[in-house]
Amino acid sequence: MSAPLVEVSTISRSYSMRSGMFGRATAVHAVDGVSLTIARGQTLGLVGESGSGKSTTGRIVLGLEPPDRGEVRFDGKPMAAPGTAAWRAQRARMQMIFQDPLGALDRRLPVATQIREPLDIHGLGTPAERAERVRELLRAVELTPAHGVRYPGALSGGQRQRIVLARALATKPDFLVCDEPVSALDVSIQAQVVNLLADLQAQLGLTLLFISHDLRVVRQISNVVAVMYLGRIVEIGSADDLFARPEHPYTQALVSASPAPGRRSAGRIVLSGDPPNPAARPKGCAFHPRCPRAIARCASEVPALEAVGGNRQVACHLVTGAATRDAA
Amino acid sequence: MPQLVSIRDLRVAFSGVPVLRGVDINLHKGEALGLVGESGSGKSVTWLAALGLLPRHAKVTGSVRLEGREILGAPATELDHVRGGRIAMIFQDPASALNPVLTIRRQLCEALALHRDLQGNAVKAEARRLLDLVGIPDAGRRLEAYPHEFSGGQVQRIMIAMALAGNPDLLIADEPTTALDATIQAQILELLSTVRREMSMAMVLISHDLGVVAENCDRVAVMYAGRIVEQAPSNQLFADPVHPYAQGLIGALPPLDGPRRRLTAIPGTVPDPAHMPDGCAFAPRCALAAEPCGLAAPSLAPIANDRTVACIRAEASRRALLGIAAE
Amino acid sequence: MGRYFAIRIGRAALTIILVVTFAFVVLRLSGDPALMILGPEAPPEVLAAFRKAWGLDDPIWFQYLDYFGAIAKGELGRSMRDGRPAIELVLERIPATLALTLPAFAFKVALGIPAGIYAALHRGSGIDRAVMMTAVAGFTVPSFVLALLLVLVFAVQLGWLPSGGQDSWRHAILPIATLSLGGAAVLARFTRSAMLEVLGQPYIRTASAKGVPWRKVVTSHALPNAAIPTITILGFMVGTLIAGAVVVESVFAWPGVGRLLVVAVANRDLAVVQCILLLVAMTMVTSNLIVDFLYGFLDPRLRTKGAHA
Repeated sequence: MSAPLVEVSTISRSYSMRSGMFGRATAVHAVDGVSLTIARGQTLGLVGESGSGKSTTGRIVLGLEPPDRGEVRFDGKPMAAPGTAAWRAQRARMQMIFQDPLGALDRRLPVATQIREPLDIHGLGTPAERAERVRELLRAVELTPAHGVRYPGALSGGQRQRIVLARALATKPDFLVCDEPVSALDVSIQAQVVNLLADLQAQLGLTLLFISHDLRVVRQISNVVAVMYLGRIVEIGSADDLFARPEHPYTQALVSASPAPGRRSAGRIVLSGDPPNPAARPKGCAFHPRCPRAIARCASEVPALEAVGGNRQVACHLVTGAATRDAA
Repeated sequence: MPQLVSIRDLRVAFSGVPVLRGVDINLHKGEALGLVGESGSGKSVTWLAALGLLPRHAKVTGSVRLEGREILGAPATELDHVRGGRIAMIFQDPASALNPVLTIRRQLCEALALHRDLQGNAVKAEARRLLDLVGIPDAGRRLEAYPHEFSGGQVQRIMIAMALAGNPDLLIADEPTTALDATIQAQILELLSTVRREMSMAMVLISHDLGVVAENCDRVAVMYAGRIVEQAPSNQLFADPVHPYAQGLIGALPPLDGPRRRLTAIPGTVPDPAHMPDGCAFAPRCALAAEPCGLAAPSLAPIANDRTVACIRAEASRRALLGIAAE
Repeated sequence: MGRYFAIRIGRAALTIILVVTFAFVVLRLSGDPALMILGPEAPPEVLAAFRKAWGLDDPIWFQYLDYFGAIAKGELGRSMRDGRPAIELVLERIPATLALTLPAFAFKVALGIPAGIYAALHRGSGIDRAVMMTAVAGFTVPSFVLALLLVLVFAVQLGWLPSGGQDSWRHAILPIATLSLGGAAVLARFTRSAMLEVLGQPYIRTASAKGVPWRKVVTSHALPNAAIPTITILGFMVGTLIAGAVVVESVFAWPGVGRLLVVAVANRDLAVVQCILLLVAMTMVTSNLIVDFLYGFLDPRLRTKGAHA
């Protein structure tokens, strides 16, 4: 296997946040020592609930914000300093699509103009070539030139997300970060976009970081899935295997909470307690206050992410290596 | 089971644009009915219309009977008794569903004062009991807090407590967990099923999430473009959907286990309510559409015990599904 | 909460400093007070003596610092016209102004708020349209036009009321009416949009779904929320109680603070102008502080320290 396209090593990022209008500023560890590698042409899925730090991780990987600690390497090279020519060249090879396509588009411009924008910015091709490229991109996302002359407001949610995708693909990027790209779409449209993304990935050899709270969609599109909880990766493994046999108690609860037609809720693991608050992260394992299996050690010691056999890594004191798995 | 609510030919139009185009629903006492469909299919509008909660410019026609008594267009005093007292409703966005400037106590006690014959301290005691029931810790003190001091999941619990205040016979839960994280969604759904069982209350669960509906309801109605297109017991609908749209919805849902398959996306988009196609509203997106589909809108017809489908190609559709299954 | 108010009080002080500076600069740059008071024919030695007596020959920054020093000690200077302390001149005019602005404020609230609420509750009805049309007319017609119109109808044509002066309560009717109508129009429009915004909120639907009768939904759920933005505009109106009647006082020859201001500006009577501006800035700033405080009272989201869920 060739060298990975994206290598993220122990990145951390914290913000200073004021709680309420008069509160004292507290440090919020949005991302805390996250390491990931994404192989060329593969998809890494990042799942977690709100406050898990998955979006911040995506933004750091893309160089939209700097990590406080740690490093992101793209195609073997560290990220260039923002604003430099090297940075611009690197940025043209990596793009991002967000949850809200309407917010990402300018309502006052025809969508074709917006697809063309990255080509203008990076000075790619002659005007005629750019126009041809826009037509090509519209075709690639299964729209017609007739859609191109419309304004974002005149398109449906799914069509808008296709436009955003076309624009992201304009500079022929190698790497795409997708942050909840289908969460705002209805199920039938969601399937269209997911299929399209998979087709384009196969055609163009794209590498994806796919961020979502929806386990089903993540499994559908990912080769490897990482589960985040309060800024840390708690479990990582191949998509099919991870959801079929989750090891971390949090992953187990997430999988169990995902409703499935034809299954009754009997035997579901329902976590007690409130959703995690990044401003008040519990000591030890951040998940321990909600964990149905927590032991004394969980409250004091942060579990490290360790290989437990296969390509699975789990950060849990109760899941340590194959021996414990057999004993359990 | 005796009938609780029966809706007949309910239609709603907003400034001349029809959004609900003839809906029939029968709901038995204690039953859990799921209503699925995509945005704009009319699943929320159905119940907002039934309870007279739509803005005045909405034109509502048809009939909604609660234990035989017509409530559509009933006088305000009668409706106020029904709302919260017989039929309670909770909504999607917990953050804005409670009044931000009033304490939880005021909002809960208001519901109790309206529908229960309680006085003085008994009101507050009952409010505390309800908060306990829905799992808000330290209920006595938390009664004096304001909505913004609770998390989204807790606010939804408070909404449920408020809905239970009137001892309703039916709870309409309109996308109650859509805005919540997965683990919190599981908590709320479990709470809903517990209180429903304990109070032997009927429930209508409105959701775009087939999984949520399948797991929590006895019977499911699938809506498309302002109509019910298929209605069946949950397990049957998901094992053997007949309407091509219902099949499409289920095929569009990525599986969480087993082999991965390409999703069967429904092509195209939902029709614009102002420019509905003639005949079946789904025909333009339907792989099985035939010529007659564009002529007249099909009506819901029984195909088996307690199953109805609005599709003239139901037989072909069923065969196609079985064909796929046999492969 | 202390920090919240400290920041606001600091901002208020800064506002006042800026206002004083601005007035000082504008008035000094626009003409020589000695020439204005004594006239162009005055002999040069008289002008020089006047300038010396009032410190007008000091460097401008010195006069500026001097002025601030005096304000800090509570001395607001003397009128260049008649030598009396400026503050005295201003204070003795305040009752006359309040005699117009206070009743006008009451009428604005009594007319504007109910009209706005009614229009919002009956949106699109004939009454809503009538209220809105009146409101638009009310604040697009400048107050001097309205004042002259009222004079024309009630004083000249009908002869029911006097057209100017301050001899009896009847003299106050037209000025108060002029002030009230414009303000009520602004308030009606504002209240209406605040109400419409609130009535569209999900918690209003929640209240209706609970079975709360519509009248109570309006009074106990919608009004407390709509009050929050309305407070802002009311605060602004309180801020204009002292000097909000400049035009009206001039038209109706009403001897209040507004008219004093007009005369003082025309005469470059620096001390009086600055005294009035300072007073206006103080009332504005104070009413803004009161508004901030009321926000905290009406909106629990500002009162409590974040979520302690």
